[in-house]
Amino acid sequence: MFDAARPRRDDDQPLLVADGLSKSFGRLQACRDVSFSLYPGEVLAIVGESGSGKSTLLQLLSAQMAPNAGSVSYRMRDGVLRDLAALGEAERRFLFRTDWGFVHQDAAMGLRMGVSAGANVGERLMAVGHNHYGKIRQTAASWLERVEISVDRIDDAPKTYSGGMRQRLQIARNLVTEPRLVFMDEPTGGLDVSVQARLLDMMRTLVSELGLAAIVVTHDLAVARLLSHRVMVMQGGRVIETGLTDQVLDDPHQPYTQLLVSSILPA
Amino acid sequence: MNAPTYNFAYLDEQTKRMIRRAILKAIAIPGYQVPFASREMPMPYGWGTGGVQVTAAILGPDDRLKVIDQGSDDTTNAISIRKFFEKTAGVATTTSTNDATVIQTRHRIPEAPLHGGQVLVYQVPIPEPLRFLEPRETETRRMHALEEYGLMHVKLYEDIARFGHIATAYAYPVKVNARYVMDPSPTPKFDNPKMDNSPALQLFGAGREKRIYAIPPYTSVVSLDFEDHPFTRYKNDACCALCGAGDSYLDEIVTDDKGGRMFVCSDTDFCETRQAQGHRGSENAGLPAEASHV
Repeated sequence: MFDAARPRRDDDQPLLVADGLSKSFGRLQACRDVSFSLYPGEVLAIVGESGSGKSTLLQLLSAQMAPNAGSVSYRMRDGVLRDLAALGEAERRFLFRTDWGFVHQDAAMGLRMGVSAGANVGERLMAVGHNHYGKIRQTAASWLERVEISVDRIDDAPKTYSGGMRQRLQIARNLVTEPRLVFMDEPTGGLDVSVQARLLDMMRTLVSELGLAAIVVTHDLAVARLLSHRVMVMQGGRVIETGLTDQVLDDPHQPYTQLLVSSILPA
Repeated sequence: MNAPTYNFAYLDEQTKRMIRRAILKAIAIPGYQVPFASREMPMPYGWGTGGVQVTAAILGPDDRLKVIDQGSDDTTNAISIRKFFEKTAGVATTTSTNDATVIQTRHRIPEAPLHGGQVLVYQVPIPEPLRFLEPRETETRRMHALEEYGLMHVKLYEDIARFGHIATAYAYPVKVNARYVMDPSPTPKFDNPKMDNSPALQLFGAGREKRIYAIPPYTSVVSLDFEDHPFTRYKNDACCALCGAGDSYLDEIVTDDKGGRMFVCSDTDFCETRQAQGHRGSENAGLPAEASHV
């Protein structure tokens, strides 16, 4: 496996620190003064309705977009907290394909639809210099197994896969370099309920097995409840409520959060 | 010069100057694709407009030009380009690899070893090795700049997963000077090792795509591969039917509709030189040296 000897000593230090993040598009304030810290192994859900600034925030956090004000810092593997805006493009891209993962809502954006599943999973390994076909394939096969994709589909392209399989393949592709932080943008969007349940179950297992930190953007409170330790509720670009998941969802303080929680159809 | 209405070697001096600047930059950064303002040439794209412009820019009155197309000096494309420069530059031409100072080629590197002072000009259809994996030009340029070449191995991985071996037989990607990954134009991978540490200067011109790149003399050129699937040369398992050579790249020629075929050297100059030296293959075993010339 990739870098099995991961240092564990920094667990009490934040992994990612957002400080006063703001972003506007013209007159539209998509994100206003968002600050928080994420700790290793912690799963944070960002919930809110469409247009509340969740996805913008995710793009800011993953350095895919530059904020108008504020900064994002990340603790590198050497234990030093560094401002992402100060990293060079090469460093940022390297971070993106080794220490981070990004799971898109639309699997086609996160996968190479025309090349085989094995190559999709192996791409990150080859990008960091792995040069042994047999070992790459073996690693890819073991990851397919972990995300519950039959190994005999390893040479099939994801365009022949179902929606749920694509999403699981995307997760395997991201986790193969054993990242410490995974960004997920509506990971269960567009999947039917039984497939969602299986995917969530698998993600929960992987997150706890690997000790991953994750930031999950979702409008689905059930996803937040199942996956996350902490919840941030956004409305109009502002964080209006934050706290432990059970606390926020069982005892919401803000009227908007109460509305969100009460709008779930009873099971 | 026998065609005074043209400038020497067809292109005007300002254009040649522009192309030479691109060539100099390409030589300075081995394997890097330099954009240049490719001109319309009196031939269609895909017929070697890039190679012709590079040749026109470097040709001097004392040069001796050889043009090959798939190794052959006497195919239509090779003959017309040779005649083009005979007419517009009045330079001497030859079919001998050894005597030529400038060799323009499509799809082959001559079998005879090149020597210092020679320039090999390749005609390139698609200069970007990452093109079919990553369609965005902005992205491929960034990948070259940051040396992100994992994707190139994805292609080789796919080959092995599908065919059990690296099935890419031509345009086989190489790493030049341990930095840039480069498409060696559609030469068979049999020719790849000839590019490594070659004493000759190698220039690549892509007219439609408007790119020039280069391998300076004595530069390392390494074919990409996997540790457990190393790069291998490939040629048809036969000897040339005309000259008996067992180490040259062979063309397969179908001789009838009953499955008959023969293998002959794709490099005609190499084959003829060997026949003149008295080497014989299976087709002309009994013939004396003169009769074997076609």
